[in-house]
Amino acid sequence: MKQGNLAIFNNIYSFYRDGFRGMVLGKKLWAIILIKLFVMFFVLKIFFFPNYLNTNFSTSEEKGNHVLEQITRNASIK
Amino acid sequence: MIDIDLTMVNWARAQFALTAMYHWIFVPLTLGLSFLCAFFESIYVKTGNKAWRSITKFWMTLFGINFAIGVATGIILEFQFGTNWSNYSWMVGDIFGAPLAIEGIFAFFLEATFFAVMFFGWNRVSKKFHLFSTWMVAVGSNLSAVWILVANGWMQNPVGMFFNPETARFEMENFAAVVFNPVAVSKFVHTSSSGFLLASLFVLTISCWYLIKGRHIEMAKKSIVVASVFGILSSSYVAFTGDESAYQVAQKQPMKLAAIEGLYKGESRAPIVAAGIINPKKQPGDNLNPFLVKVEIPWLLSIMANRSLDSFVPGIDDLVYGNKEQGIESVESKIVRGKTAINNLALFKQARKENNDQKADMALAEFNMTKQYIGYGYLDTPEEAVPPVALPYYAFHVMVALGSLFPILFALFLFYAYRGTLAEKKWLLPFGLISGLLGLIAQQAGWIVAEVGRQPWAIYKLLPVKVATTNLAASNVQITFFMFLIIFTLLLIAEIKIMLKQISIGPEEEN
Repeated sequence: MKQGNLAIFNNIYSFYRDGFRGMVLGKKLWAIILIKLFVMFFVLKIFFFPNYLNTNFSTSEEKGNHVLEQITRNASIK
Repeated sequence: MIDIDLTMVNWARAQFALTAMYHWIFVPLTLGLSFLCAFFESIYVKTGNKAWRSITKFWMTLFGINFAIGVATGIILEFQFGTNWSNYSWMVGDIFGAPLAIEGIFAFFLEATFFAVMFFGWNRVSKKFHLFSTWMVAVGSNLSAVWILVANGWMQNPVGMFFNPETARFEMENFAAVVFNPVAVSKFVHTSSSGFLLASLFVLTISCWYLIKGRHIEMAKKSIVVASVFGILSSSYVAFTGDESAYQVAQKQPMKLAAIEGLYKGESRAPIVAAGIINPKKQPGDNLNPFLVKVEIPWLLSIMANRSLDSFVPGIDDLVYGNKEQGIESVESKIVRGKTAINNLALFKQARKENNDQKADMALAEFNMTKQYIGYGYLDTPEEAVPPVALPYYAFHVMVALGSLFPILFALFLFYAYRGTLAEKKWLLPFGLISGLLGLIAQQAGWIVAEVGRQPWAIYKLLPVKVATTNLAASNVQITFFMFLIIFTLLLIAEIKIMLKQISIGPEEEN
């Protein structure tokens, strides 16, 4: 049973390994995907797109109160 | 007056539009091309003819290029939610969490697993299992589109939820109501079928280029036949789902329908404007003619909007200033109720802070009576409820005009392919060559209709765009707007360059 599982694992591994090795155009496309993901997650997300609520408030209650404050700031309740 | 930096709101809106429109170049092609690959491969498996295998591999390569360039471009929209649209993202988090998580699971398990078999498995798995994998990629790609359109449909017609004043969140009450929201359903079928249409036009464009150049002629002819059949079927489906979509808009978002038709004064037996030029000076409530020139088809708008010849279709003026005869409440009256809702929400919040349960309960009871109008409470004037008219009007008419042209084009290609004279029809091939670009224009026009037409709302009637934003300086958004413009333009150039190179190489096994 264990040997059977190992054989399946090996087959899957060699399937992907040979597939990636045999790529021609695919290598260029993977490079584009990886560069794109790097720029998105390690440049844009970190330096330009902080999550405003997560950065400024630590608990759900604080976030909820802030949004409630924002959406009622022009209320007249005197 | 609401003290919001409208410059920031407009830049955030422009940034979101830019990202969504670039993203929407890649997505519909993926949705349709995946099915065309499945059709080509099905013919190969059925006939055993190696030419179809070569055709399948060629279009699969172009599908792969488009997928690789387009994948994850939508993630940037989610970054923008957290930074520019924090009020909105907090308020809808409970509704959007489930659909977007399901989308991620579908995208990962269905697409990623079978995607590898589709590209790596040609000589490693059986023909039938390979074909099954190609179909699964097509089904998976389209199913993952369901969930984002469920989210978008909810913004256009918020159902299956309640607003929790303690947490300031819309919370899901009925998952089935959200998923089977009629606006979401009509949006999904119309959007996905328009993707099928675009992919058919894309195949037509490239095949026509080969025919004009006199290269890969047999492959081009075979591709055109399959794409034309799929294109004709898709065109019919797009027309049918478009009609349903228009009906849903008329029922749920009458202001959007009035805007895309340039209809200011409502009428019974309303005609549809087949073509016309909007009067740029026209404003709601004035007596100017909305059109400089127009051609109408009698009664059609009433039939389209209400499935009834005699029915009344409200215009912008009816919806803004009210129409007692038709039982339409004015926006001014809704603004008063909306402000009452906001005031009671503020009272509730204050009472909670003071631990005054009795005062909180009273405020909550009052709030519940007017909460469906809350969005109107943020509007400064009744006219603010009107979307820009010219842009969705022209976009809608361009989309419909092009959508009417495409089935004629497919029928002509199919007819001459059947007669075996397609390659000789030099007058027809240039039309096929530009058809892909026209399909892209129709796609973008469709998004403009859907998204500009629902302004000023982020969540229809509940949250205007200007209240959905984060309180940031406009300069923050301006910088990232231009960064995205550069990044997406580079990606588009990369896609076009890689595709053109691959197209000039042509199908692998023919060389």
